[in-house]
Amino acid sequence: MNPKIARHVYGWLLFSPAAIFFILFTHYPIVRSCVLSFFSNPRGSKPPRFVGLSNYDYLIHDPIFWQALKNNLIYAFGTIPITISLAIVMAVWVNRRMPGRAFVRAAYFTPTILPMIAIANIWLFFYTPGVGLFDSILNALGYPGRNWLGNPDTALLCLMVIAIWKDAGFFMIFYLAALQGIPQDVVEAGKIEGAGRWYFFRRVTFPLLMPTTVFVVFNALINTFRIVDHIFILTKGGPDNATQLLLYYLFQNAFEFWDTAYAATLTVVIMVILMTLALTQFKVLERRTHYQ
Amino acid sequence: MTSSGFWSKLETVAAWMLGILWAMPLLYAIWAAFHPPAYAVNFDLTAPVTLANFWEAWHTAPFARYFINTILYTTMTTALQFVLCTLAAYSFACYDWKGKDLVFSLILVQLMVMPDQLLVVNYQTMSALQLVDTIPAISLPYIASAFGVFLLRQNFKQVPLALAEAARIEGAGPLRILLKIYVPLSKSVYLAYGLVSISWHWNNFLWPLVITNSATTRPLTVGLAIFGSPENGVNFAVVSAGTLMSVAPLLIAFLLFQRQFVQSFMRAGIK
Repeated sequence: MNPKIARHVYGWLLFSPAAIFFILFTHYPIVRSCVLSFFSNPRGSKPPRFVGLSNYDYLIHDPIFWQALKNNLIYAFGTIPITISLAIVMAVWVNRRMPGRAFVRAAYFTPTILPMIAIANIWLFFYTPGVGLFDSILNALGYPGRNWLGNPDTALLCLMVIAIWKDAGFFMIFYLAALQGIPQDVVEAGKIEGAGRWYFFRRVTFPLLMPTTVFVVFNALINTFRIVDHIFILTKGGPDNATQLLLYYLFQNAFEFWDTAYAATLTVVIMVILMTLALTQFKVLERRTHYQ
Repeated sequence: MTSSGFWSKLETVAAWMLGILWAMPLLYAIWAAFHPPAYAVNFDLTAPVTLANFWEAWHTAPFARYFINTILYTTMTTALQFVLCTLAAYSFACYDWKGKDLVFSLILVQLMVMPDQLLVVNYQTMSALQLVDTIPAISLPYIASAFGVFLLRQNFKQVPLALAEAARIEGAGPLRILLKIYVPLSKSVYLAYGLVSISWHWNNFLWPLVITNSATTRPLTVGLAIFGSPENGVNFAVVSAGTLMSVAPLLIAFLLFQRQFVQSFMRAGIK
Protein backbone atom coordinates (compact mmCIF):
# COMPACT_ATOMS: atom_id res chain seq x y z
CA MET A 1 0.00 0.00 0.00
CA ASN A 2 1.06 3.55 -0.67
CA PRO A 3 2.70 4.76 2.60
CA LYS A 4 0.78 8.02 2.54
CA ILE A 5 -2.57 6.28 2.32
CA ALA A 6 -1.37 3.81 4.92
CA ARG A 7 -0.84 6.66 7.38
CA HIS A 8 -4.41 7.90 6.80
CA VAL A 9 -5.73 4.41 7.37
CA TYR A 10 -3.66 3.94 10.54
CA GLY A 11 -4.81 7.30 11.84
CA TRP A 12 -8.44 6.35 11.40
CA LEU A 13 -7.97 2.84 12.75
CA LEU A 14 -6.30 4.10 15.93
CA PHE A 15 -9.06 6.60 16.51
CA SER A 16 -12.00 4.35 15.61
CA PRO A 17 -12.50 2.49 18.93
CA ALA A 18 -12.82 5.80 20.79
CA ALA A 19 -14.88 7.25 17.94
CA ILE A 20 -17.59 4.61 18.36
CA PHE A 21 -18.07 5.51 22.00
CA PHE A 22 -17.82 9.26 21.44
CA ILE A 23 -20.58 9.06 18.87
CA LEU A 24 -22.76 6.65 20.80
CA PHE A 25 -22.70 8.38 24.18
CA THR A 26 -21.92 12.03 23.46
CA HIS A 27 -22.79 13.15 19.95
CA TYR A 28 -25.77 10.97 19.24
CA PRO A 29 -27.45 11.89 22.57
CA ILE A 30 -26.83 15.59 21.92
CA VAL A 31 -28.56 15.39 18.56
CA ARG A 32 -31.23 13.01 19.81
CA SER A 33 -32.10 15.28 22.77
CA CYS A 34 -32.67 18.16 20.36
CA VAL A 35 -34.89 15.97 18.17
CA LEU A 36 -36.89 14.60 21.13
CA SER A 37 -37.54 18.12 22.36
CA PHE A 38 -39.68 18.72 19.24
CA PHE A 39 -41.82 15.61 19.78
CA SER A 40 -44.54 14.57 22.19
CA ASN A 41 -44.26 11.57 24.51
CA PRO A 42 -45.50 8.25 23.13
CA ARG A 43 -48.90 7.38 24.63
CA GLY A 44 -49.57 3.68 24.87
CA SER A 45 -49.22 2.36 21.35
CA LYS A 46 -49.35 5.83 19.78
CA PRO A 47 -45.89 6.86 18.59
CA PRO A 48 -44.47 10.31 19.45
CA ARG A 49 -45.64 13.01 17.07
CA PHE A 50 -43.99 16.23 15.98
CA VAL A 51 -45.21 19.12 18.12
CA GLY A 52 -42.92 21.92 16.99
CA LEU A 53 -41.96 24.29 19.78
CA SER A 54 -44.75 23.34 22.14
CA ASN A 55 -42.38 21.75 24.68
CA TYR A 56 -40.43 25.01 24.72
CA ASP A 57 -43.67 26.91 25.06
CA TYR A 58 -44.50 24.78 28.07
CA LEU A 59 -41.00 25.42 29.43
CA ILE A 60 -41.24 29.21 29.35
CA HIS A 61 -44.59 29.02 31.12
CA ASP A 62 -43.38 26.51 33.70
CA PRO A 63 -42.89 28.31 37.05
CA ILE A 64 -40.80 25.43 38.41
CA PHE A 65 -38.32 25.78 35.55
CA TRP A 66 -37.87 29.47 36.34
CA GLN A 67 -37.60 28.70 40.03
CA ALA A 68 -34.90 26.12 39.30
CA LEU A 69 -33.00 28.53 37.07
CA LYS A 70 -33.27 31.25 39.71
CA ASN A 71 -32.08 28.84 42.40
CA ASN A 72 -29.15 27.87 40.20
CA LEU A 73 -28.15 31.51 39.87
CA ILE A 74 -28.57 32.23 43.59
CA TYR A 75 -26.58 29.09 44.33
CA ALA A 76 -23.82 30.12 41.93
CA PHE A 77 -23.56 33.79 42.84
CA GLY A 78 -24.01 33.12 46.53
CA THR A 79 -21.26 30.55 46.74
CA ILE A 80 -18.64 31.50 44.15
CA PRO A 81 -17.39 34.83 45.61
CA ILE A 82 -17.08 33.29 49.08
CA THR A 83 -15.47 30.10 47.81
CA ILE A 84 -12.94 32.06 45.79
CA SER A 85 -12.07 34.45 48.61
CA LEU A 86 -11.57 31.49 50.93
CA ALA A 87 -9.54 29.65 48.31
CA ILE A 88 -7.20 32.61 47.91
CA VAL A 89 -6.81 33.07 51.66
CA MET A 90 -6.14 29.35 52.10
CA ALA A 91 -3.58 29.36 49.29
CA VAL A 92 -1.75 32.38 50.72
CA TRP A 93 -1.69 30.74 54.13
CA VAL A 94 -0.42 27.33 53.15
CA ASN A 95 2.09 28.92 50.78
CA ARG A 96 4.05 30.33 53.72
CA ARG A 97 6.23 28.48 56.19
CA MET A 98 4.40 27.63 59.36
CA PRO A 99 4.20 24.80 61.88
CA GLY A 100 1.72 22.10 60.90
CA ARG A 101 1.41 23.26 57.32
CA ALA A 102 0.85 19.72 56.03
CA PHE A 103 -2.10 19.18 58.39
CA VAL A 104 -3.70 22.50 57.48
CA ARG A 105 -3.34 21.87 53.76
CA ALA A 106 -4.79 18.38 54.07
CA ALA A 107 -7.70 19.73 56.13
CA TYR A 108 -8.54 22.28 53.45
CA PHE A 109 -8.29 19.81 50.59
CA THR A 110 -9.90 16.67 52.07
CA PRO A 111 -13.56 17.64 51.44
CA THR A 112 -12.72 17.71 47.73
CA ILE A 113 -12.02 14.01 47.49
CA LEU A 114 -15.09 12.89 49.44
CA PRO A 115 -18.16 11.93 47.41
CA MET A 116 -21.00 14.44 47.63
CA ILE A 117 -23.27 11.64 48.89
CA ALA A 118 -21.03 10.95 51.89
CA ILE A 119 -20.82 14.65 52.62
CA ALA A 120 -24.60 14.99 52.42
CA ASN A 121 -25.04 12.07 54.84
CA ILE A 122 -22.82 13.79 57.39
CA TRP A 123 -24.32 17.25 56.97
CA LEU A 124 -27.86 15.88 57.04
CA PHE A 125 -27.31 15.12 60.68
CA PHE A 126 -25.98 18.60 61.37
CA TYR A 127 -29.19 20.07 59.99
CA THR A 128 -31.61 17.61 61.60
CA PRO A 129 -34.17 19.57 63.63
CA GLY A 130 -34.16 19.01 67.38
CA VAL A 131 -31.44 16.39 67.77
CA GLY A 132 -28.99 17.52 65.06
CA LEU A 133 -25.64 19.12 65.83
CA PHE A 134 -26.64 22.70 64.98
CA ASP A 135 -29.83 22.53 67.00
CA SER A 136 -28.03 20.88 69.90
CA ILE A 137 -25.53 23.72 69.95
CA LEU A 138 -28.29 26.35 69.68
CA ASN A 139 -30.29 24.67 72.44
CA ALA A 140 -27.24 24.49 74.70
CA LEU A 141 -26.79 28.24 74.19
CA GLY A 142 -30.44 28.81 75.06
CA TYR A 143 -31.77 29.47 71.55
CA PRO A 144 -34.60 27.54 69.93
CA GLY A 145 -33.66 25.21 67.05
CA ARG A 146 -35.14 25.43 63.60
CA ASN A 147 -36.01 23.11 60.74
CA TRP A 148 -33.04 24.06 58.59
CA LEU A 149 -33.80 21.95 55.54
CA GLY A 150 -37.57 21.97 55.93
CA ASN A 151 -37.87 25.73 55.74
CA PRO A 152 -37.87 27.29 52.23
CA ASP A 153 -36.00 30.31 53.60
CA THR A 154 -32.98 28.36 54.81
CA ALA A 155 -32.90 25.16 52.72
CA LEU A 156 -30.98 26.52 49.75
CA LEU A 157 -28.62 28.33 52.09
CA CYS A 158 -27.84 25.00 53.80
CA LEU A 159 -26.86 23.49 50.46
CA MET A 160 -24.71 26.50 49.65
CA VAL A 161 -22.76 26.17 52.90
CA ILE A 162 -21.91 22.59 51.95
CA ALA A 163 -20.80 23.64 48.46
CA ILE A 164 -18.48 26.28 49.91
CA TRP A 165 -16.99 23.79 52.33
CA LYS A 166 -16.41 21.21 49.60
CA ASP A 167 -15.03 23.47 46.85
CA ALA A 168 -12.82 26.02 48.61
CA GLY A 169 -9.98 23.51 49.07
CA PHE A 170 -10.24 22.37 45.46
CA PHE A 171 -9.87 25.88 44.09
CA MET A 172 -7.11 26.54 46.61
CA ILE A 173 -4.74 24.23 44.74
CA PHE A 174 -5.04 26.28 41.55
CA TYR A 175 -4.25 29.46 43.45
CA LEU A 176 -1.39 27.69 45.19
CA ALA A 177 0.05 26.74 41.82
CA ALA A 178 -0.36 30.31 40.58
CA LEU A 179 1.26 31.77 43.71
CA GLN A 180 4.22 29.48 43.31
CA GLY A 181 4.50 30.65 39.71
CA ILE A 182 4.97 34.31 40.71
CA PRO A 183 8.62 35.16 40.04
CA GLN A 184 10.68 35.51 43.21
CA ASP A 185 12.27 38.77 42.03
CA VAL A 186 8.85 40.44 41.94
CA VAL A 187 8.33 39.44 45.56
CA GLU A 188 11.83 40.66 46.48
CA ALA A 189 11.27 43.96 44.67
CA GLY A 190 8.08 44.46 46.67
CA LYS A 191 9.97 43.87 49.90
CA ILE A 192 12.74 46.32 49.01
CA GLU A 193 10.17 48.95 48.07
CA GLY A 194 8.75 48.41 51.53
CA ALA A 195 5.30 47.50 50.26
CA GLY A 196 2.98 46.31 53.02
CA ARG A 197 1.66 42.80 52.77
CA TRP A 198 -1.90 43.85 52.00
CA TYR A 199 -0.81 46.56 49.54
CA PHE A 200 1.48 44.12 47.78
CA PHE A 201 -1.32 41.54 47.58
CA ARG A 202 -3.81 44.05 46.20
CA ARG A 203 -1.52 45.65 43.64
CA VAL A 204 0.72 42.78 42.60
CA THR A 205 -0.41 39.32 43.68
CA PHE A 206 -4.13 39.64 43.00
CA PRO A 207 -3.75 40.96 39.42
CA LEU A 208 -1.25 38.18 38.72
CA LEU A 209 -3.82 35.65 39.93
CA MET A 210 -6.44 36.97 37.51
CA PRO A 211 -6.17 34.19 34.88
CA THR A 212 -6.61 31.64 37.69
CA THR A 213 -9.65 33.53 38.92
CA VAL A 214 -11.22 33.51 35.45
CA PHE A 215 -10.59 29.77 35.21
CA VAL A 216 -11.99 29.10 38.66
CA VAL A 217 -15.08 31.30 38.23
CA PHE A 218 -16.13 29.54 35.04
CA ASN A 219 -15.44 26.09 36.45
CA ALA A 220 -17.44 26.89 39.54
CA LEU A 221 -20.30 28.22 37.42
CA ILE A 222 -20.32 25.13 35.24
CA ASN A 223 -20.22 22.90 38.32
CA THR A 224 -23.39 24.43 39.72
CA PHE A 225 -25.19 23.09 36.65
CA ARG A 226 -23.53 19.71 36.96
CA ILE A 227 -23.58 18.68 40.60
CA VAL A 228 -26.88 17.89 42.29
CA ASP A 229 -25.99 14.72 44.22
CA HIS A 230 -26.51 16.25 47.66
CA ILE A 231 -30.07 17.27 46.78
CA PHE A 232 -31.04 13.60 46.55
CA ILE A 233 -30.14 13.12 50.21
CA LEU A 234 -30.93 16.46 51.76
CA THR A 235 -34.05 17.97 50.22
CA LYS A 236 -35.15 16.24 46.99
CA GLY A 237 -35.68 19.70 45.52
CA GLY A 238 -38.06 20.75 48.28
CA PRO A 239 -39.53 22.21 50.33
CA ASP A 240 -41.86 23.70 47.76
CA ASN A 241 -39.10 23.65 45.10
CA ALA A 242 -36.91 25.92 47.23
CA THR A 243 -33.84 23.81 46.38
CA GLN A 244 -34.86 22.77 42.89
CA LEU A 245 -31.84 22.99 40.55
CA LEU A 246 -32.03 22.48 36.78
CA LEU A 247 -30.26 19.14 36.59
CA TYR A 248 -32.30 17.76 39.47
CA TYR A 249 -35.49 18.94 37.78
CA LEU A 250 -34.31 17.22 34.61
CA PHE A 251 -33.79 14.01 36.56
CA GLN A 252 -37.26 14.24 38.13
CA ASN A 253 -38.94 14.74 34.80
CA ALA A 254 -37.03 11.91 33.18
CA PHE A 255 -37.13 9.26 35.88
CA GLU A 256 -39.91 10.18 38.30
CA PHE A 257 -42.57 11.67 36.01
CA TRP A 258 -41.32 9.76 32.94
CA ASP A 259 -41.89 12.85 30.81
CA THR A 260 -39.11 12.16 28.33
CA ALA A 261 -40.03 14.93 25.92
CA TYR A 262 -39.86 17.60 28.59
CA ALA A 263 -36.69 16.09 30.07
CA ALA A 264 -35.11 16.29 26.60
CA THR A 265 -36.16 19.94 26.38
CA LEU A 266 -34.48 20.63 29.72
CA THR A 267 -31.39 18.77 28.49
CA VAL A 268 -31.21 21.16 25.53
CA VAL A 269 -31.49 24.16 27.86
CA ILE A 270 -28.70 22.85 30.09
CA MET A 271 -26.52 22.11 27.06
CA VAL A 272 -27.01 25.64 25.75
CA ILE A 273 -26.08 27.09 29.15
CA LEU A 274 -22.97 24.92 29.49
CA MET A 275 -21.78 25.63 25.95
CA THR A 276 -22.36 29.36 26.36
CA LEU A 277 -20.35 29.36 29.57
CA ALA A 278 -17.51 27.36 28.04
CA LEU A 279 -17.31 29.52 24.93
CA THR A 280 -17.44 32.72 26.99
CA GLN A 281 -14.59 31.41 29.11
CA PHE A 282 -12.63 30.65 25.98
CA LYS A 283 -13.22 34.17 24.62
CA VAL A 284 -12.28 35.83 27.91
CA LEU A 285 -9.06 33.84 28.22
CA GLU A 286 -8.20 34.50 24.59
CA ARG A 287 -8.63 38.24 25.05
CA ARG A 288 -6.48 38.21 28.15
CA THR A 289 -3.60 36.46 26.42
CA HIS A 290 -3.64 39.17 23.74
CA TYR A 291 -2.96 41.81 26.34
CA GLN A 292 -0.03 40.08 27.95
CA MET B 1 10.25 43.30 63.16
CA THR B 2 8.30 42.41 66.28
CA SER B 3 5.10 43.61 64.69
CA SER B 4 5.59 41.48 61.57
CA GLY B 5 6.39 38.56 63.85
CA PHE B 6 3.14 39.17 65.66
CA TRP B 7 1.10 39.35 62.46
CA SER B 8 2.77 36.27 61.14
CA LYS B 9 1.87 34.36 64.31
CA LEU B 10 -1.68 35.64 64.09
CA GLU B 11 -1.93 34.38 60.52
CA THR B 12 -0.68 30.98 61.56
CA VAL B 13 -3.30 30.82 64.28
CA ALA B 14 -6.02 31.88 61.82
CA ALA B 15 -4.85 29.28 59.29
CA TRP B 16 -5.05 26.64 62.00
CA MET B 17 -8.50 27.69 63.13
CA LEU B 18 -9.83 27.52 59.60
CA GLY B 19 -8.13 24.14 59.18
CA ILE B 20 -9.79 22.80 62.31
CA LEU B 21 -13.14 24.20 61.20
CA TRP B 22 -12.69 22.54 57.80
CA ALA B 23 -11.74 19.20 59.36
CA MET B 24 -14.63 19.29 61.83
CA PRO B 25 -17.37 17.60 59.80
CA LEU B 26 -15.16 14.63 59.02
CA LEU B 27 -13.71 14.42 62.53
CA TYR B 28 -17.22 14.63 63.84
CA ALA B 29 -18.36 11.74 61.64
CA ILE B 30 -15.40 9.74 62.95
CA TRP B 31 -16.42 10.55 66.52
CA ALA B 32 -20.01 9.46 65.90
CA ALA B 33 -19.01 6.27 64.10
CA PHE B 34 -16.73 5.04 66.89
CA HIS B 35 -19.05 5.75 69.82
CA PRO B 36 -22.45 4.40 70.87
CA PRO B 37 -25.37 6.36 69.35
CA ALA B 38 -26.13 8.00 72.71
CA TYR B 39 -22.89 9.99 72.40
CA ALA B 40 -23.65 11.43 68.94
CA VAL B 41 -24.04 14.96 70.32
CA ASN B 42 -22.56 14.35 73.73
CA PHE B 43 -18.81 14.92 73.55
CA ASP B 44 -17.74 13.00 76.59
CA LEU B 45 -14.09 12.05 76.25
CA THR B 46 -14.64 9.06 78.53
CA ALA B 47 -17.30 7.67 76.19
CA PRO B 48 -16.65 4.03 75.35
CA VAL B 49 -15.11 3.39 71.93
CA THR B 50 -16.95 0.76 69.91
CA LEU B 51 -16.98 -0.89 66.50
CA ALA B 52 -20.62 -1.90 66.83
CA ASN B 53 -21.79 0.80 64.42
CA PHE B 54 -19.52 -0.56 61.70
CA TRP B 55 -20.72 -4.08 62.37
CA GLU B 56 -24.33 -2.96 62.17
CA ALA B 57 -23.82 -0.93 59.00
CA TRP B 58 -21.99 -3.79 57.31
CA HIS B 59 -24.87 -6.15 58.09
CA THR B 60 -27.75 -3.75 57.39
CA ALA B 61 -26.82 -3.13 53.75
CA PRO B 62 -24.85 -5.28 51.27
CA PHE B 63 -21.72 -3.14 51.56
CA ALA B 64 -19.43 -5.96 50.47
CA ARG B 65 -21.34 -6.18 47.22
CA TYR B 66 -21.33 -2.40 46.79
CA PHE B 67 -17.55 -2.38 47.25
CA ILE B 68 -17.08 -5.05 44.62
CA ASN B 69 -19.37 -3.17 42.23
CA THR B 70 -17.54 0.12 42.73
CA ILE B 71 -14.16 -1.53 42.29
CA LEU B 72 -15.31 -3.31 39.12
CA TYR B 73 -16.89 -0.18 37.66
CA THR B 74 -13.97 2.10 38.53
CA THR B 75 -11.30 -0.31 37.31
CA MET B 76 -13.15 -1.12 34.12
CA THR B 77 -13.74 2.54 33.32
CA THR B 78 -10.19 3.65 33.99
CA ALA B 79 -8.65 0.71 32.14
CA LEU B 80 -10.81 1.17 29.06
CA GLN B 81 -10.22 4.92 29.15
CA PHE B 82 -6.48 4.29 29.13
CA VAL B 83 -6.73 2.04 26.08
CA LEU B 84 -9.17 4.09 24.00
CA CYS B 85 -7.73 7.49 24.88
CA THR B 86 -4.15 6.33 24.30
CA LEU B 87 -4.97 5.06 20.82
CA ALA B 88 -6.98 8.16 19.95
CA ALA B 89 -4.37 10.55 21.36
CA TYR B 90 -1.63 8.74 19.42
CA SER B 91 -3.66 9.13 16.26
CA PHE B 92 -4.21 12.86 16.86
CA ALA B 93 -0.64 13.55 17.91
CA CYS B 94 1.30 11.53 15.35
CA TYR B 95 -0.85 10.86 12.29
CA ASP B 96 -2.24 13.13 9.63
CA TRP B 97 -5.58 12.14 8.29
CA LYS B 98 -8.41 13.80 6.48
CA GLY B 99 -10.78 15.72 8.75
CA LYS B 100 -8.55 15.39 11.81
CA ASP B 101 -8.96 18.98 13.01
CA LEU B 102 -12.72 18.96 12.61
CA VAL B 103 -13.03 15.64 14.43
CA PHE B 104 -10.81 16.89 17.23
CA SER B 105 -12.96 19.96 17.79
CA LEU B 106 -16.06 17.74 17.79
CA ILE B 107 -14.48 15.67 20.54
CA LEU B 108 -13.83 18.76 22.61
CA VAL B 109 -17.60 19.32 22.75
CA GLN B 110 -17.54 16.65 25.46
CA LEU B 111 -15.53 18.99 27.69
CA MET B 112 -18.63 21.16 27.82
CA VAL B 113 -21.47 18.63 27.74
CA MET B 114 -20.65 15.42 29.54
CA PRO B 115 -22.56 12.12 29.51
CA ASP B 116 -23.95 13.11 32.94
CA GLN B 117 -26.21 15.70 31.37
CA LEU B 118 -27.26 13.36 28.58
CA LEU B 119 -28.74 10.70 30.79
CA VAL B 120 -32.19 10.72 29.19
CA VAL B 121 -30.96 9.49 25.81
CA ASN B 122 -28.13 7.40 27.25
CA TYR B 123 -30.69 5.54 29.34
CA GLN B 124 -32.72 4.83 26.20
CA THR B 125 -29.58 3.62 24.44
CA MET B 126 -28.76 1.27 27.30
CA SER B 127 -32.32 -0.03 27.26
CA ALA B 128 -32.06 -0.71 23.56
CA LEU B 129 -28.76 -2.53 24.11
CA GLN B 130 -30.41 -4.43 26.99
CA LEU B 131 -27.68 -3.32 29.35
CA VAL B 132 -29.78 -1.57 32.00
CA ASP B 133 -28.73 -2.64 35.50
CA THR B 134 -25.34 -4.01 34.48
CA ILE B 135 -21.89 -2.79 35.45
CA PRO B 136 -20.74 -2.19 31.86
CA ALA B 137 -23.70 0.16 31.46
CA ILE B 138 -22.37 2.37 34.26
CA SER B 139 -18.97 2.43 32.63
CA LEU B 140 -19.49 2.66 28.87
CA PRO B 141 -20.62 6.30 28.53
CA TYR B 142 -17.35 7.44 30.09
CA ILE B 143 -14.73 5.33 28.37
CA ALA B 144 -14.22 7.66 25.43
CA SER B 145 -13.09 10.69 27.37
CA ALA B 146 -12.33 13.97 25.64
CA PHE B 147 -10.36 15.02 28.67
CA GLY B 148 -8.18 11.90 28.47
CA VAL B 149 -7.56 12.28 24.75
CA PHE B 150 -6.70 15.94 25.18
CA LEU B 151 -4.34 15.34 28.10
CA LEU B 152 -2.47 12.46 26.43
CA ARG B 153 -2.27 14.17 23.06
CA GLN B 154 -0.60 17.20 24.66
CA ASN B 155 1.95 14.91 26.18
CA PHE B 156 2.57 12.74 23.13
CA LYS B 157 3.22 15.88 21.10
CA GLN B 158 6.16 16.71 23.34
CA VAL B 159 7.89 13.41 22.66
CA PRO B 160 10.80 14.10 20.25
CA LEU B 161 9.97 12.85 16.76
CA ALA B 162 13.53 11.60 16.33
CA LEU B 163 12.86 8.84 18.87
CA ALA B 164 9.90 7.52 16.92
CA GLU B 165 11.82 7.90 13.67
CA ALA B 166 14.74 5.87 15.01
CA ALA B 167 12.41 3.11 16.11
CA ARG B 168 10.72 3.10 12.71
CA ILE B 169 14.05 2.71 10.96
CA GLU B 170 14.76 -0.28 13.15
CA GLY B 171 11.55 -1.76 11.82
CA ALA B 172 9.14 -1.14 14.70
CA GLY B 173 5.46 -0.94 13.72
CA PRO B 174 3.06 1.82 14.86
CA LEU B 175 1.77 -0.05 17.92
CA ARG B 176 5.25 -1.04 19.00
CA ILE B 177 6.40 2.58 18.77
CA LEU B 178 3.41 3.61 20.86
CA LEU B 179 4.04 1.01 23.55
CA LYS B 180 7.84 1.28 23.66
CA ILE B 181 8.27 5.03 23.32
CA TYR B 182 5.18 7.17 23.81
CA VAL B 183 3.54 5.32 26.70
CA PRO B 184 6.69 4.91 28.87
CA LEU B 185 7.57 8.57 28.39
CA SER B 186 4.13 9.63 29.62
CA LYS B 187 4.05 7.70 32.88
CA SER B 188 3.41 10.76 35.03
CA VAL B 189 0.45 11.80 32.90
CA TYR B 190 -1.05 8.34 33.21
CA LEU B 191 -0.63 8.53 36.97
CA ALA B 192 -2.33 11.93 37.12
CA TYR B 193 -5.12 10.90 34.80
CA GLY B 194 -5.58 7.58 36.61
CA LEU B 195 -5.87 9.20 40.04
CA VAL B 196 -8.35 11.79 38.82
CA SER B 197 -10.39 9.23 36.95
CA ILE B 198 -10.49 6.76 39.84
CA SER B 199 -11.53 9.36 42.38
CA TRP B 200 -14.08 10.80 39.98
CA HIS B 201 -15.72 7.46 39.29
CA TRP B 202 -15.47 6.22 42.86
CA ASN B 203 -17.55 9.28 43.79
CA ASN B 204 -19.85 9.33 40.76
CA PHE B 205 -23.52 9.19 41.62
CA LEU B 206 -26.17 10.42 39.20
CA TRP B 207 -25.64 8.14 36.21
CA PRO B 208 -25.08 5.01 38.38
CA LEU B 209 -28.30 5.89 40.25
CA VAL B 210 -30.23 6.07 37.00
CA ILE B 211 -28.84 2.99 35.32
CA THR B 212 -28.77 0.52 38.24
CA ASN B 213 -31.74 -0.82 40.13
CA SER B 214 -30.50 -3.76 42.16
CA ALA B 215 -27.93 -4.45 44.83
CA THR B 216 -25.97 -6.65 42.44
CA THR B 217 -24.88 -3.68 40.33
CA ARG B 218 -25.23 -0.64 42.60
CA PRO B 219 -21.96 1.11 43.44
CA LEU B 220 -21.13 2.46 46.90
CA THR B 221 -22.41 5.98 46.33
CA VAL B 222 -25.86 4.78 45.29
CA GLY B 223 -25.96 2.17 48.05
CA LEU B 224 -24.91 4.81 50.54
CA ALA B 225 -27.65 7.18 49.39
CA ILE B 226 -30.28 4.50 50.01
CA PHE B 227 -28.68 3.52 53.29
CA GLY B 228 -28.48 7.08 54.60
CA SER B 229 -31.86 8.35 53.44
CA PRO B 230 -34.00 9.47 56.39
CA GLU B 231 -36.90 7.23 55.32
CA ASN B 232 -34.65 4.34 56.16
CA GLY B 233 -34.56 5.34 59.82
CA VAL B 234 -31.00 4.15 60.45
CA ASN B 235 -29.45 6.17 63.28
CA PHE B 236 -26.69 8.65 62.65
CA ALA B 237 -23.91 6.66 64.31
CA VAL B 238 -24.53 3.77 61.94
CA VAL B 239 -24.89 6.06 58.91
CA SER B 240 -21.55 7.65 59.84
CA ALA B 241 -19.94 4.25 60.08
CA GLY B 242 -21.30 3.24 56.67
CA THR B 243 -20.21 6.54 55.18
CA LEU B 244 -16.69 6.25 56.59
CA MET B 245 -16.36 2.69 55.33
CA SER B 246 -17.30 3.81 51.83
CA VAL B 247 -14.85 6.69 51.69
CA ALA B 248 -12.06 4.97 53.61
CA PRO B 249 -10.09 3.51 50.65
CA LEU B 250 -9.97 6.80 48.79
CA LEU B 251 -9.39 8.83 51.93
CA ILE B 252 -6.51 6.66 53.10
CA ALA B 253 -4.99 6.65 49.63
CA PHE B 254 -5.25 10.42 49.59
CA LEU B 255 -3.64 10.89 52.98
CA LEU B 256 -0.77 8.59 51.98
CA PHE B 257 -0.20 10.06 48.53
CA GLN B 258 -1.30 13.62 49.15
CA ARG B 259 1.28 15.20 46.92
CA GLN B 260 0.44 13.00 43.92
CA PHE B 261 -3.28 13.62 44.40
CA VAL B 262 -2.95 17.37 44.63
CA GLN B 263 -0.60 17.54 41.67
CA SER B 264 -2.86 15.31 39.60
CA PHE B 265 -5.93 17.40 40.30
CA MET B 266 -3.96 20.51 39.50
CA ARG B 267 -2.67 19.10 36.27
CA ALA B 268 -6.10 17.82 35.30
CA GLY B 269 -7.74 21.13 36.06
CA ILE B 270 -5.31 23.36 34.26
CA LYS B 271 -5.26 21.18 31.15
